[in-house]
Amino acid sequence: MSALSLKKGASRKSAYDLKNPLGDLVETHTIAILVDNEAGVLARVIGLFAGRGYNIESLTVAEVDHTGHLSRITIVTTGTPAVIEQIKAQVGRIVPVHEVHDLTVQGPSVERELAMLKVSGKGVDRVEAMRLADIFRASVVDTTLESFVFEITGTPDKIDAFVDLMRPLGLTEIARTGVAAMLRGA
Amino acid sequence: MTRQMTGAQMVIQALKDQGVDVVFGYPGGAVLPIYDEIFQQNDIRHILVRHEQGATHAAEGYARSTGKPGVVLVTSGPGATNAVTGMTDALMDSIPMIVLTGQVPTFMIGTDAFQEADTVGITRPCSKHNWLVKDTDKLAETIHQAFHVATSGRPGPVLVDIPKDVQFATGTYNAPRKANLGHYQPQVKGDIAAITAMVEAIEQAERPIFYTGGGVINSGTGACQLLRELVDGTGFPITSTLMGLGAYPASGKNWLGMLGMHGTYEANLAMHGCDLMINIGARFDDRITGRIEDFSPNSKKIHIDIDASSINKVIQVDLPILGDVGHVLEDVLKIWKSRGRKTKSDAIAKWWGQVNEWQAVKCLTYENSDKVIKPQYALQRLQALTEGMDRYITTEVGQHQMWAAQFLGFEDPHRWMTSGGLGTMGYGLPASVGVQIAHPDSLVINVAGEASWLMNMQEMGTAAQYRLPVKQFIMNNERLGMVRQWQELLHGERYSHTWSEALPDFVKLAEAFGGKGIRCSDPADLDDAIREMIAYDGPVVFDCRIEKHENCFPMIPSGKPHNEMLMGNDSTEGVIQSGGAVLV
Ligand SMILES: Cc1ncc(C[n+]2csc(CCOP(=O)(O)OP(=O)(O)O)c2C)c(N)n1
Ligand SMILES: [Mg+2]
Repeated sequence: MSALSLKKGASRKSAYDLKNPLGDLVETHTIAILVDNEAGVLARVIGLFAGRGYNIESLTVAEVDHTGHLSRITIVTTGTPAVIEQIKAQVGRIVPVHEVHDLTVQGPSVERELAMLKVSGKGVDRVEAMRLADIFRASVVDTTLESFVFEITGTPDKIDAFVDLMRPLGLTEIARTGVAAMLRGA
Repeated sequence: MTRQMTGAQMVIQALKDQGVDVVFGYPGGAVLPIYDEIFQQNDIRHILVRHEQGATHAAEGYARSTGKPGVVLVTSGPGATNAVTGMTDALMDSIPMIVLTGQVPTFMIGTDAFQEADTVGITRPCSKHNWLVKDTDKLAETIHQAFHVATSGRPGPVLVDIPKDVQFATGTYNAPRKANLGHYQPQVKGDIAAITAMVEAIEQAERPIFYTGGGVINSGTGACQLLRELVDGTGFPITSTLMGLGAYPASGKNWLGMLGMHGTYEANLAMHGCDLMINIGARFDDRITGRIEDFSPNSKKIHIDIDASSINKVIQVDLPILGDVGHVLEDVLKIWKSRGRKTKSDAIAKWWGQVNEWQAVKCLTYENSDKVIKPQYALQRLQALTEGMDRYITTEVGQHQMWAAQFLGFEDPHRWMTSGGLGTMGYGLPASVGVQIAHPDSLVINVAGEASWLMNMQEMGTAAQYRLPVKQFIMNNERLGMVRQWQELLHGERYSHTWSEALPDFVKLAEAFGGKGIRCSDPADLDDAIREMIAYDGPVVFDCRIEKHENCFPMIPSGKPHNEMLMGNDSTEGVIQSGGAVLV
């Protein structure tokens, strides 16, 4: 083989220009993680995301097996394909983690989020809010003469759309759960 | 065996049942019940260090020189926070370590009690796993789990935080075989289809290289033996990371020396020019790869690792094999032999021709002197005068560490202890203490820089107390040499705070600690002085006055590819421009 050239002196490029060998194609993935429901387990998972600079778009967690003390964490995250693979491998080696599933890859999956919206107002705005809620199949879980609390379930997009519509009608407070997701089929 | 005992008794029983014979520790209020139990037994030896960081590095030295986990016992609050650096060091270098910390009683947790710290919170990112035990009945099982997690898969440090009331309370002790170790069971066997593909790649390769790391050593002496068989059988060249030195013998005919930032010319150019790279238990660290985009541009890459998160993290590989090095190499050899031990021997011979040309450059050549001791010369003499001895080497961090890696030869695994991933100044002295505890009759030398050595020099007290004949070979350049080198190359020779000012008299210091001090500044006296150090039966501090402005070469500046290496005689003006200067 030919002798390799041994250039001396400076180069214009540094490793920092090359952070993404696979390009900047950022994808959104929904990842379901089954963990032992023990003290600090959520801190381990989100601490990993913070420490390694990964994004969290949405996070939900609750115990799903009360006898086995297993919780399911659903995280919606973004990153290049290589970063998404790293996230899964890094999460997978946390000791109390049992399973890591990339629902976006293993899909198709269904995603749902629940939100509550408080809308305060009188007169026509109140009537319009009620009418739109009906279209979105949101239900009224609390009411006073000057306010409603709506409960709505759906994809994050649907909830975003409902929130946008409520804003001019007196939206004062929102609480969202974050996404819960599951693969379709048996 | 299940019996009733106090939490403090359980700690001792669990350690005994785990085969622990030595604990490195420092007492305090929150671990008094455990120290009381230590006082009343003789099976486990407690080594009283002088600082908790010293305990962690001593445990690392013990672990790396024996292959067994190191055990640390410290008190709550400052005891625990002082252990953080050593735990991070062990995490980066995959060293099995169990840290037991005292904690304020459970009913006081969260009240900012005296010497309370959120130990599991602080150590979560610097441990492989950690536990706060709030129930004495769970204590024994947790300690057994801790040993399991620390030593299986990719090894690492774990921590068990034990509140004082849990130490006093009585509970049921569970022996290790009864303990529920949980679901954590890393995969050790590699995928046979992938291993077969690796054998095919070996058969087809024309310019192959083995690139091995600390994972081979962690996998055990059996794995090192299999590696030697595979390397010698195929006749492929082999290089290794700083962490992997000794897995393949330095005297072996296929050995190219260490690779990376201060690796040899031949190792780095072979990595750059190979057509098949077989990474065994290494992790494509940035000290190894240099500029990612230009890293070994034309090779097929195979990566054997037990940690899935190490694969495709930095470098995308063609053939990942998840598993334990020993298990995988066993299958590789079996399949390769069953297919007739084939390699493209003509092509390999031609490749060696090229490699030999690179070797002929003699990249470690330096200009010697008869007036001042050159650091390289000091290490060559140390190597020559300790050759064949039952010798263990630890180092501090800096130029001396890189020179030690370049100029000392390691024939066997577990003989070389250095802080690689974290680069912790202050590692070497306590590590040498831990090594000497494990190998009381061996020659243990800490190759040190004067600045690093001062960071944990209190551990000379430990060496004196336990009559440990550790040899502190301080390569004294009165400089923070490695930083000074970077300032020379990157920052216009503005030597900001890299003088080691107001240094102590190391000979007097040795004597103050009850050891022997030796000073040497004339190359003509060096051999005799080294012999005197080796012969002395006790701790020695050797103040080796070396050339102050020597730079460590070869060097691949940060952000550069392997084939843009600086050699000792190159002009170094403006070598790293702003892009590279931002890198460390
Ligand atoms: C705890 C810690 N602080 C700072 C550094 C940065 N650092 C790396 S090498 C070095 C100089 C070491 O000097 P010395 O021990 O005398 O070794 P030399 O390079 O002179 O051989 C420094 C400050 C480090 N690695 N570790
Ligand atoms: Mg120095």
